[in-house]
Formats: sequence, C-alpha cells, structure tokens
Amino acid sequence: MTKGLLHPTRRGLLMAGGAGLLSAALPGYVAAQGAPIKIGFQLHRTGIGAAYGRWYERTAQAALKAINDAGGIAGRPVEILFEDDATDPKRGSEVVDKLTQSDGCDLVMGTLFSHVVMGSAPRAGELKVPYLVCSEGYHVASGMLNRWTLQPGITDVRSQIASMAPWVSANLGKKVTMIFPDFAFGYDHRDFFTAAMAAQGGEVIAQIAIPPTETSFTKYFAQIPAETEVLYHVMVGPAVLTFVKELGEFYGSGAKPQMFGFIDSLEAVDTATPGLEFLEGTHFWEAHNRVKPADAGEHEAAYRAAVGVDDNGASVSDAADIATYSHMFSTWETLFAIKAGMEASGYAGIADRQKFVEAMEAMTDLPYGIERPQGAKVFNGKTHQVFGTQNISQVQGGKLVRVHQTSMADGAYEDAVDYTTMSF
Amino acid sequence: MAFGPFFLLALMEGLVTAAVLALAASGLSLVFGVMRVVNVAHGAFFMLGAVLAWAVASAMPGQPAIAFLGALVIAPLLVAALAALADGLILKRLNYDPEATIVATIGLLYMIQQAVLALYGPNANPVTAPFELRLQLPWFGYSGYKLFVIVAAALVLLALWVFMTRTKVGLIMRATQVDRTTARSFGINVDRVYMGTFALGAALAALAGVLIVPIQQAHYLMGGDPLLLSFIVVIIGGLGSLRGTVVAALIIGLSDGVISMFFSPTLAKIIATLLVALVLVFRPQGLFGAKA
Repeated sequence: MTKGLLHPTRRGLLMAGGAGLLSAALPGYVAAQGAPIKIGFQLHRTGIGAAYGRWYERTAQAALKAINDAGGIAGRPVEILFEDDATDPKRGSEVVDKLTQSDGCDLVMGTLFSHVVMGSAPRAGELKVPYLVCSEGYHVASGMLNRWTLQPGITDVRSQIASMAPWVSANLGKKVTMIFPDFAFGYDHRDFFTAAMAAQGGEVIAQIAIPPTETSFTKYFAQIPAETEVLYHVMVGPAVLTFVKELGEFYGSGAKPQMFGFIDSLEAVDTATPGLEFLEGTHFWEAHNRVKPADAGEHEAAYRAAVGVDDNGASVSDAADIATYSHMFSTWETLFAIKAGMEASGYAGIADRQKFVEAMEAMTDLPYGIERPQGAKVFNGKTHQVFGTQNISQVQGGKLVRVHQTSMADGAYEDAVDYTTMSF
Repeated sequence: MAFGPFFLLALMEGLVTAAVLALAASGLSLVFGVMRVVNVAHGAFFMLGAVLAWAVASAMPGQPAIAFLGALVIAPLLVAALAALADGLILKRLNYDPEATIVATIGLLYMIQQAVLALYGPNANPVTAPFELRLQLPWFGYSGYKLFVIVAAALVLLALWVFMTRTKVGLIMRATQVDRTTARSFGINVDRVYMGTFALGAALAALAGVLIVPIQQAHYLMGGDPLLLSFIVVIIGGLGSLRGTVVAALIIGLSDGVISMFFSPTLAKIIATLLVALVLVFRPQGLFGAKA
C-alpha cells in the first residue's frame, strides 16, 4: 500500500481522478434538481392480492417514468419506495409506519384490498401522512376513515353499482342472485346493488357470501335459487379462476341464468381459458376496457405502450400474463393527482402535508388526458372520492367487447360525509 | 334446487373433500403414530406437491394426461426426498423430542413456504386436468375429474393399508410404533424406519396436493387449510390410527359438504372445531386411538 501511494500506477491515478471528478460533480447535479420527492407504495406483492400487485407495480413504474421524463413534480425528481404488505391488514399498518417513519416518505399510496385499507388508514391518520388508496371500496366516501385518506384514482363501488343496476334490470332480468366476497368490499356490493335493484323495480332474491380464502366453490352454487334470472358475481383472490371454472362445470350445458359479473372475477385471467366457454354472451362491468375498443380515446394507445399492455389486455412480453386492466389505471391516475396536488399546494416537504390534502380537496374537474387514461373524472373534496364513467362489456368470441358506457350522472349519490369539516 | 339433487351434490362435494383430507391426514397420523412427531410442516409438503406438479406439467407441455402422470410420480418422490433430508438433518439431531420437533417443523414450514415464494412466486397457477370430462346430470353439471380424485385417493389408501398390514416393512413400522426400544433390541434400525416414515408421510401429503391442483391451482399459501383440517381429522380419528383417520375424514368431509351447502361453510368449520373440543374432553385418545 505504502509503495502504491508513493509510486502510483497509471491506473490508480486514473481511478482516483475519475472518482474525484464524480464526487465533485454529483452534489452539484443533485442540488440543481432538488431532493427527490419520496412516495411510499403499499404493494400487494405477495398474499391473495399478488396478481394485482404485479400490475400495480408495473403501472406505477410507468407513470413514474412519465412524470420524471416530463420534469418531475414542481421540478423535483420523484422516486417510489415499494413495500410489500402481503395483502394483510396488520402488516399493512406496519408498512404505513415503516414508509412514513423509517423511510421518510412524503406520502403513502397504492393499497387495493379493502381490508388492508381498513387496517392501515387509522395508522396513516395517527401519523398525519396523506394516504391515497386505489381500492374502489366505499369506505372512503362513507366517512368511516379520516381526513388523511383520499381516493382520487378510481370510482368507488357504490357509484359503480348505482350506474350498473338500471342497465342490468332493463336488459338482463329483475330477479337477481348475488355472489360476493365475505368482507367489506363484498358488503358494498351486497348493500348497494340490492338497494339499487329495488329502486329499479327489481329484486335480489338470494345473497351468497364466500370467504375470500375459499378454494372450492361448487357448494355455494347449489344455493342459487332456480327462479334466478340474473346471476351477479364478484370474486377476488388467487382462486378466481377456480371460481369461474366451477361455475361453468356447475351449469355445464344445461339451462343457466343471465350472468352479470364484475371483472374482478376474471382479472388477470384469460377469457379464452379452456373451461370458460360458458361465459360467451355473458356481461361484465369494466372500469377500463381490457380489449381496446374500436372507438378508444386518443391517449389509450400511448398508455398501453407505457404500461406494456397489448390491445388484448395482455403483457407485450408474455401473452399469457393478463393485466388487471380495470384496476391498475388507478395507480397511474393517483400519481398524476399527487403531482397536481403537490404543485397546486407549493409542497416543499413533509411540513406541507396538510397543505397538500387541502389542495387535493380543492380539486373538482379532472378532464380526460394522458394523466387520466380511463376517462374524465370529477373529484368530490368533501367525500375525498373521485367519480368517473363505467363500461359494460359482453364476451363475444372469447373476447370482452364494450356494449354500453354509463354517464357520470348514472353513478351519482348523496354525500355521506364532509371530511373538510374534520380536524387534521 | 330440489332436495334430492341438492343432497347428491352435497355428498359428492363432501366425498371429494374427504378423499383429499384422508390422504393428507393419513400422512400426518402415520408420522405421529410411529415417530411421535407433530409435523406442523405437513401442510407445506401438501403445497410443495401441488407446486411441483405445476413445475412438472410446465416442463412437459403437450399431453396433459402424460404430464399429470409424471407429476403424480415425480412430485411425491421429490417431496419424500426433501422430508428424508429434513429428518436426517433436523429431527434426528433433536432426538425426536416432542416439543423441539414442533418448533423445528414450524421453522421448516416457513422455510418451505418462503422458498416457494422466492422461486415460484406469489401467483396461483393452474394445472390442466389429465382429462376433460363433464358429467351433465339433469339438475347440474359435475367435473368428472373430481370423481377420479375420490377413486384415486381410495386406491392409494387401500395400498397404504395393505402396505402397513401385509408387508414386512409395514410390520417393522408397526413394531417401532408399539415400542421403539424393544424394536431396536430386535435389530430394527429405528433411525431408518423414522426416516422412511417421515418421507412416506410427506409423500402422502404431496400426493394429495398433486390430486387437488387441477381443481384448485397451485399457490404458496394453500397449505394452511389442509394442515388445520388434517389436525382436526387426526385428533378426532385418534393419533396413529389409519382406520380412525379415514373414518374421521369421511365425517369431516361429508359434514363439511352437507352443512356448508344447506347452512353455511362457516357453520361447518364451527361444528368441526366443536367436534374436536368434544373429542378432546370426552375421548382424548380419539375415536379409534389406543389409550396413551
């Protein structure tokens, strides 16, 4: 070593010089850009939500790239710290803690499964950190949560259902049997669809709740009353393929009711899978059409290219890897909402978290654009919930084809809460 | 649906549950009976069987029937080899101490689960059934493969019974079960019997996993329910009794099918758990277990 210091080699000199140049240049570069904004992402990388987690991460990465390529947020670069919550409520609140306290994230976002949202939101409220969920659940707009929890990227289940019920009762039938997951998200479906059908002069004649960890479904199908005209199904979790396959086996080639499903029952599942032929002609709710419609908006192609999804809704690198297309746009739109909220509030650091929430609450019209590839939306600052249009698709030739699009007014309902009157 | 067909469907579903359960629980019961080891990692072996079946099926594209037959042979063998290794490396070194082996197998459970998560990933993957047969009854359709599962499980259990009661190896295992020290003094290599028993128990769980995977899909968390139900079955049937295990699996499987269909699946689980409590209070050795 001593010899090396006294008689440096040419390579040593070059390396030392290079390192010196780098260390001299780097702080200047960083200072010019400002410290990065750190966004904590509560990700269902493992556990029952893993299929969604895979695509939520890809979509968020794509949105992050788009935002940074366009100069970041208020000129500052953005980074996302992904943290796995195993789709578990208890782990969820620990993840909020870690992202906020140890990693120093400016805010936390990304949660989908409603039981994880319910488990995590109280902790976000205690830590006074903005918590932006991508979950669909009615728990935000119902007033169950707190002023720090917002849902700016996806319409809630109550509104989705309210806009579906008139079409279902007019086109498919009046006597409905519902199959739904036996937890918060499923209860939203049960309560609001039952009420919405009653308002249309229809009737829900049976409600069948299935535990989210269930792996075998035939035993539930026997409870479907014979006079059922429409079977309304919504399922989540790793067993959704088993669910639809067993439904097909159960009805077989015999008579079957009309079917209306939430695409959740088929997210990440190929509609052309053997055993799913019985779905031909049945209908699905979709937030964002998996198969690109002929009259898709002008930004659809650019969005699909950015997130790596082809026109059939599969990964461009693997046709068997089907996207969770009707949900994943919410992470993209939430990131752009964060950008808008931070820039409007002049957000400079964690001391401005409250200003950020107030700026979000002031948002209203959110027009269609690359920031909102699913469509135009209206944000309700009082209920912290965004509202947009929905689609009904029919399986035709093994593919989901859009047959109806709702208007914003179809999904409107009375505000149940005014978060802006609550204290921080 | 009318009562008759409704009941028929409940029985068919119950029999499928019972068949898979009897296979998985017989492995657990065997390991406890012979080795006095409560194997908490049993559900992990079940899951590993299903995941390996997926791996074998993916490696052999083309004929689903041939791929499935391959999985039916290869997956249990691999899991048995892993179990034998775990026995030699861990359980033997703990001298099969009951408390220590419970903790060790909990550790094994997590290691297997996390290894599968790391290598196989968090997604559920389907395996194509070896044949596509859909029975169309007048009231409902039913998967022909599920009926095959019942038959296959019954055949394996029959083979296991013949093995235990009619072969010399089975005799040696039963001798070790009755009295380990006497067996050793008669020249039986107890270490080898233990290793073989642990491997056989794991292979039975893996076999159940392979049979179930065309119905359910392979997922790294799928071992939880079978483990719990296997314990319930083994406690009710009597630890170490193969006949008790089969009878208890039929009771639990059929009551699960019937109760969950006519009432609710949650009630079925409540009743099964209640049954365990009652058995533990009034007949701690189980329905067919020998008094300890």
